[in-house]
Amino acid sequence: MKNSSLPHEVHAQVAGVTRIYPATGHHPPVHALGPIDLELGKGEFFAVVGPSGCGKSTFLEVLAGLQKATAGLVTFEGKAVSGEVADGIGVVFQEDASFPWLTVADNAAFGLRRNGIAEAEVRRRVDDALAFMGLKDFARAYPSQLSGGMRQRVCIARTLVLQPRLILLDEPFGALDAQTRLLMGDEVLNLWRRTGATVLLITHALDEAAMLADRIGAMSARPGRFIDVVKTGWPRERDSTIVAETAFGEITARLWERLRGESLKALGHAAMPAMAAE
Amino acid sequence: MTRVGAIRFAVIVGMIGALELACRLGLINHQTIIPPSEMASTLVTLLASGSLNADIARTLGEVMLVIGLSVVLGFAFGLVIHALPRVREALDPFFATYYAVPIFIFYPVLIAIFGLSAIPIVLIGVATAIVAMIIATLNGLDRVPPVLAKVARVHRLSPVTTALTLQLPAAAPYLFTGVKLSVSYGFIAVIAAEFILSPTGLGRDIADAYADFNNRRMYALILFLLIVATVVNGVLHALDMRWAERRSGGRS
Repeated sequence: MKNSSLPHEVHAQVAGVTRIYPATGHHPPVHALGPIDLELGKGEFFAVVGPSGCGKSTFLEVLAGLQKATAGLVTFEGKAVSGEVADGIGVVFQEDASFPWLTVADNAAFGLRRNGIAEAEVRRRVDDALAFMGLKDFARAYPSQLSGGMRQRVCIARTLVLQPRLILLDEPFGALDAQTRLLMGDEVLNLWRRTGATVLLITHALDEAAMLADRIGAMSARPGRFIDVVKTGWPRERDSTIVAETAFGEITARLWERLRGESLKALGHAAMPAMAAE
Repeated sequence: MTRVGAIRFAVIVGMIGALELACRLGLINHQTIIPPSEMASTLVTLLASGSLNADIARTLGEVMLVIGLSVVLGFAFGLVIHALPRVREALDPFFATYYAVPIFIFYPVLIAIFGLSAIPIVLIGVATAIVAMIIATLNGLDRVPPVLAKVARVHRLSPVTTALTLQLPAAAPYLFTGVKLSVSYGFIAVIAAEFILSPTGLGRDIADAYADFNNRRMYALILFLLIVATVVNGVLHALDMRWAERRSGGRS
């Protein structure tokens, strides 16, 4: 595996962060996350993988400011993030978050218009984002007329026009088929290179993480903690063809080696004998 | 016009024609129902004379006020109640049984308090229509995808902006059901209230014509209200279909 040369400037930092959901009714408190420490370099592509229910999405929401950490500190560009999404952070969710009552162009323009940006500038940025996401010919279509992958691209375009410096992707391709996911991966890599933004991707797909990221954080079963951080060493100019590289298989194998026991734990099983012996 | 629409239209024309024929042939007593053509000609004469203008303005004004207040207040109350789960839990049985209570029994009370004016009519109309709008709002908000709340926070929208720009359009199909019900209840309540006790208005006019055995006037006014209600509901239905088509991708 190659050594990557990661940027040194820290763009976002998570220090000693835990998230405990308080008790509700007859349910005891749930320790969902942490403690977690992570530094995201400026312009880095970082992926988080882990078993279902390990707290990946909670981690993203704490980093985004959508949830408050129970303990610890989150900073973005040196400023504390807590319970409010900071300017410069964009989030794309797994669920279809397109607005069915607006056209594709109006979906993309939503945030800009809310921010009072001049209409000429709105049109310029929207046209640019739709062209980049391959949606130019669908500007006047409604989301219901598009496929799931295209609707997700609409949501990415809506995030992109706001020119975020930190883009958080919460399993954005989770509902798509494998081939579309590979192609969407290429688009995300293009987006990352072109914007220069820092990207954090939450995914359950080890191959997707291995293909896209500079570094991959492998998360334990709940409460989620990083049990390994793998540097992929891919060049910045890369695309989905790297799945044919030997290193790709090595990275995926290492991630699975780390996560197999955790996934079994998450499923409620004890570690398999072969794993226990390691 | 679609095939179904054409059949529907043909059924209505056929029924009017059958009624016309039955009246003209004396199968139906003229003292009971007059031929539709006479209803229409009398209505045209009344409208041309301008004698109905004041009553039309008053009644439709009251109906519009009732619909406007019910829709706006119903949506606002629905939003607040939806945001307060305990309040909703307390009010749910009240909403579930609301229409089991004949609201009109309070009309005399309202007249006693506010006098013989438009106020009791509007209040009884709002009381009849608003709960349908509140229930539709709660129903609609329950179906707004939770991810939209996160999107609102990512865009740092205020609660009011979130309600108006995301929750309102996302819940629109269900809210529209509330609007349609409010329109129906608005018409029913205002006309019925005027019919029971009111110095003016189309409902009063119909009641007077009925008391005077003036069938031509009574049926002309009934026809007028039927046309207005049908046109309003037709427009609402067309809007509903257009939006539903947009959301379901029917135009692709």
